[in-house]
Amino acid sequence: MLRLPKFELEEPATLDEALALFAEHGSDAMPIAGGTDLVPNMKHRLFEPKVVVSLARIEALTGIRVTSGGELEIGAMTTLADVARSSAVQERAPVLAQAASLIAGPQLRTMGTLGGNVMLDTRCQWYNQTHFWRTSLGYCLKKDGTECHVVQGGGKCVAAASNDTAPALMTLGATLVFQGPTPPGESKANLREIAIDALWKADGIVNKHTEPGEILTAIRIPAQAAGHRGAYGKLRDRGSIDFPLFGCAVRLDVGTDEAVTGADICAVALVARPSHVKRIEDELVGQRVGSDDFASAVGRVAELAYKQCRPMDNSPGDADYRREMVPVYVRRTLHAAAQGAGPVHHV
Amino acid sequence: MAARDIHGPAPPWGDEFQVIGKPHRKIDGLAKATGHAIYADDIQLAGMLHAKTLRSPHAHALIRSIDTSQAEALPGVHAAITGKDMPVRYGVIPWTPDENALAVDKVRFIGDEVAAVAAIDEDTANAALELIEVDYEPLHAYLDPVEALERSDPLIHDTKKQTNVSKHVHLDFGEVDAGLEAADVVVEDDYSFHGSTHAPIEPHCAVAQFGADGLLTLWSSTQITHYVHRALSSVLEYPAQKIRVVQPCLGGAFGGKSDPFSLEFCVAKLAMKTGRPVKMLWTREEVFYAHRGRHPMRLHYKTGARRDGRITAIDARILIDGGSYSSFGLVTTYYAGQLLTGPYDFPAYRFDSTRVFTNKPPCGPKRGHGSVQPRFAFEVQLDEVAEKIGMDPIEIRRKNFQGSNTETVNGQRVTSNGFDQCLDKVETASDWKTRRGKLPYGQGLGVAGSMYISGTNYPVYPNKMPQAGIQLKVDRSGLVTVFTGGNDIGQGSNSVVAYLVAEELGLAVEHVRVVAADTDLCPVDLGAYSSRVTFMVGNAAIDAARKLRAQVVEAVAAAWEVAPQRVRLIGGHAIDLEDADRGIELREAFHLAEEKFDTLGSTGSYNTPTLGGDYRGGTIGASPAYSFTAHVVEAHVDTETGRITARKVWCAHDCGRALNPMLVAGQIEGSVYMGIAEALLEEHDVNRFGLHAGPSLLDYRMPLSIDTPEIEAFVVESIDPEGPYGAKEAGEGPLHSSIPALANAIHDAVGIRLRELPFTPGKVLRALREKQAPAGTESRAAERV
Repeated sequence: MLRLPKFELEEPATLDEALALFAEHGSDAMPIAGGTDLVPNMKHRLFEPKVVVSLARIEALTGIRVTSGGELEIGAMTTLADVARSSAVQERAPVLAQAASLIAGPQLRTMGTLGGNVMLDTRCQWYNQTHFWRTSLGYCLKKDGTECHVVQGGGKCVAAASNDTAPALMTLGATLVFQGPTPPGESKANLREIAIDALWKADGIVNKHTEPGEILTAIRIPAQAAGHRGAYGKLRDRGSIDFPLFGCAVRLDVGTDEAVTGADICAVALVARPSHVKRIEDELVGQRVGSDDFASAVGRVAELAYKQCRPMDNSPGDADYRREMVPVYVRRTLHAAAQGAGPVHHV
Repeated sequence: MAARDIHGPAPPWGDEFQVIGKPHRKIDGLAKATGHAIYADDIQLAGMLHAKTLRSPHAHALIRSIDTSQAEALPGVHAAITGKDMPVRYGVIPWTPDENALAVDKVRFIGDEVAAVAAIDEDTANAALELIEVDYEPLHAYLDPVEALERSDPLIHDTKKQTNVSKHVHLDFGEVDAGLEAADVVVEDDYSFHGSTHAPIEPHCAVAQFGADGLLTLWSSTQITHYVHRALSSVLEYPAQKIRVVQPCLGGAFGGKSDPFSLEFCVAKLAMKTGRPVKMLWTREEVFYAHRGRHPMRLHYKTGARRDGRITAIDARILIDGGSYSSFGLVTTYYAGQLLTGPYDFPAYRFDSTRVFTNKPPCGPKRGHGSVQPRFAFEVQLDEVAEKIGMDPIEIRRKNFQGSNTETVNGQRVTSNGFDQCLDKVETASDWKTRRGKLPYGQGLGVAGSMYISGTNYPVYPNKMPQAGIQLKVDRSGLVTVFTGGNDIGQGSNSVVAYLVAEELGLAVEHVRVVAADTDLCPVDLGAYSSRVTFMVGNAAIDAARKLRAQVVEAVAAAWEVAPQRVRLIGGHAIDLEDADRGIELREAFHLAEEKFDTLGSTGSYNTPTLGGDYRGGTIGASPAYSFTAHVVEAHVDTETGRITARKVWCAHDCGRALNPMLVAGQIEGSVYMGIAEALLEEHDVNRFGLHAGPSLLDYRMPLSIDTPEIEAFVVESIDPEGPYGAKEAGEGPLHSSIPALANAIHDAVGIRLRELPFTPGKVLRALREKQAPAGTESRAAERV
């Protein structure tokens, strides 16, 4: 099998110890959560940290709780399996439970974490390969090379955000809590809380704004509207394991009269950052779910998504087909959300 | 003279089998399930070094020079070797030796082996590879077989005719043109079959040890110990008597471990050079480069038929993309034509098949070697013929059924043939008559049939010695040990040998021990390929056991002073058929025999009768018995996403006598899985740079359990006159017709003919658009909403 590069493994028991390790080792250190993405990436020599800091023993990072204000707070180290089967998540954020349930396969979900999925590296068929393979290629823009093989002549890396939970959390208006090293002389924890939308940047090389030495500790999902509904749709070749070829998360807020009062759709596996499909509320708000008018509005929204979402050859397979599936999956996922159903997936 | 005895299909004792026909466990099943089985990579020897291979980053290039000095200077490195250390070329087919253990002067695909290093551990060996300097001169790389056919500068191999053609076969039987003239209906079309690979769960691994006595021992995950033995001797230029090749427990092969491979030569050479044991375990990526999988083929078929459904002639033209080396390609090129001539009878047939070299991982034999691709094209075409003349697709197959005890148009002898019963089984089980053509839009049923060989009488190197040999040894404890050169690659061939010997000797299966695939201990067998093992090794086992049995019976009869006819070996005992009180344990019977005949043992062997057409290549594909298969597939098509679901597959397979019906069912299920897998998901190809498109189990999309259709397996037992108790093959045949049956089911579901594999959703949507599906009938049943 492929060998891992040599590294020191640190297993701090507290967040403070972990932060101290990052402060000490700087960019030589990388955090490892479930390891389901980092380990293969290290075997492919995409990352060769000298120090790997495991967050697994830090109990404070695990767990799902509902605050008195109805907010859902999920520790970054909570496994995807736990997120998917949590009744609190299923009730308050069904789109997140559904997205988590479709990540990788059952075994990987017992290792992979919500924080790890949010912080997932972007993926590309020209990048997620062995060192020998990338050497034979002559590398690419994202690592060690100067050429993009997705957009020939392109100067900007378009490796795809491939994390299913990211668009789900974006439709929920989630915030991310990061903790950084405590500056000298301070005693208060150095916390930074940002809207998940503010995390992303449109750069496939690194698609997140983060501060040096900080750790994602928790994901907070505000209480949703009374008539909140959500669903996730995922296109992939196989019924399990595969990363998304296209993913879409839907939020529908539905009033007591079944009329839509708010809506959001986020798409992933297109370019470097997950993105909201724009101008959909203009079509959906005011429509009664299940009505013919709602169905027509859903059709128009699917067209908007088709215009705004352009899959690229960053993922293996047929990009034209993926684009063709954008309106289909958006439409089906909207209907699933409206019906309180989902996820939309071929098996 | 090798034994060609026909043992007959009858039970050896009385009217009933004791062991045969019952669902026994595999003899190594528990060891595998509990992790006790020893695979090649489990072997750890004192002082063992680890080796790694440097591979070419170029698809086609000359090697100007290689400098290994820095690698050799790295602490922990014991040796580095290059092509110069082993310049003798080899090839599994002795007529086409075009491979080197390590490239000598040029590389022919990205991943081709260039140098190898042995070091104290894998990391050191990998670090050493980085220090080897190779000066390449890149050449034009052929990625398109048509270009390789038309262009000969540069040459991939220095072929005799100075072209990039690997093999060309043209054979003509009967009056093809007249047959097509006389047809009421002629269907002519192009078909395309893509590449796929075996992806066994165990990557290739080899361990070599070189003793002070000059004995070289190689443990390797091979499915052909004997050919590896021969190739090692030749390439290492070392006497075969001083080489021992052993196949440990093997984690799947499917044809992908049938060639001698670079790692086997490299560990052997490195062990000889360093005096230390050396192991090499390939990564999954390296297994993809080693490949030897399904050949991509472009097929042009023309079939004529009369209005009553009878086929009048078939004309085929096939272009085969062989990749960078010959491997079994000579045979592939023949099989692509030779194995189409059943289960249907037709009076005229012509095929022209050409295999070309390209700069891609080399193709070879994958389950259903050479004949899965033509079978797809033809069975889809036959469906279209049926449609044109308005005949039920099962009926047209019945109409053309060749029957048993017949000869094919290309001169192959067909003995037992239960294809008609296979059709009956799948027709009834699928409720064909009430459902086919009548299911809602988006759902359909399709049928296809096929035939495959139970070994072939063409040994890869010409000789008249037996194809299979067995030795039996009897222990005074009552244990019988069977020595077989056969390779159990997970299909259960060692178990089959144990069942047969147990049946003949009246022993419990657990009192038969099997020692297999060790060239020092076991008589020669040609290995696990072409579905030959059950038939050939099985016959040899019966031959040997029957000789031993005669001695035991004679000794017991003499001791009891009765006629030998009265002695029966059954249930671990020797009994007197005419005196119920007289009986002894078999162990005691063996003692009597040993007293009478001295040390007990016997040998048995099998060789095929003279078979095949009297023309060049006429023996290739000539088999002592053919298996037959029929599939019905139920396909659901989501017309909005183009996604095809093989909802259910019914497969009936005529394997002659099912020696262990549970193992046969397992082979049927595995074959169906593999066939549907390559039809819908798997694709082995290179990208525009000649780089493998995704050499990992993430990007090479093998179906998971959730993607696997429900499979119903039916065993049809036509009882072959020459097979061991009437058995034929079961390991490869049941793959063939699954793919065209799926294609035909898609046609029944939505009216499109898919002629280009794999059937990706994008292709389905394009075909649907071309056909303009009736409005308002979208089916979305497959989506879970």
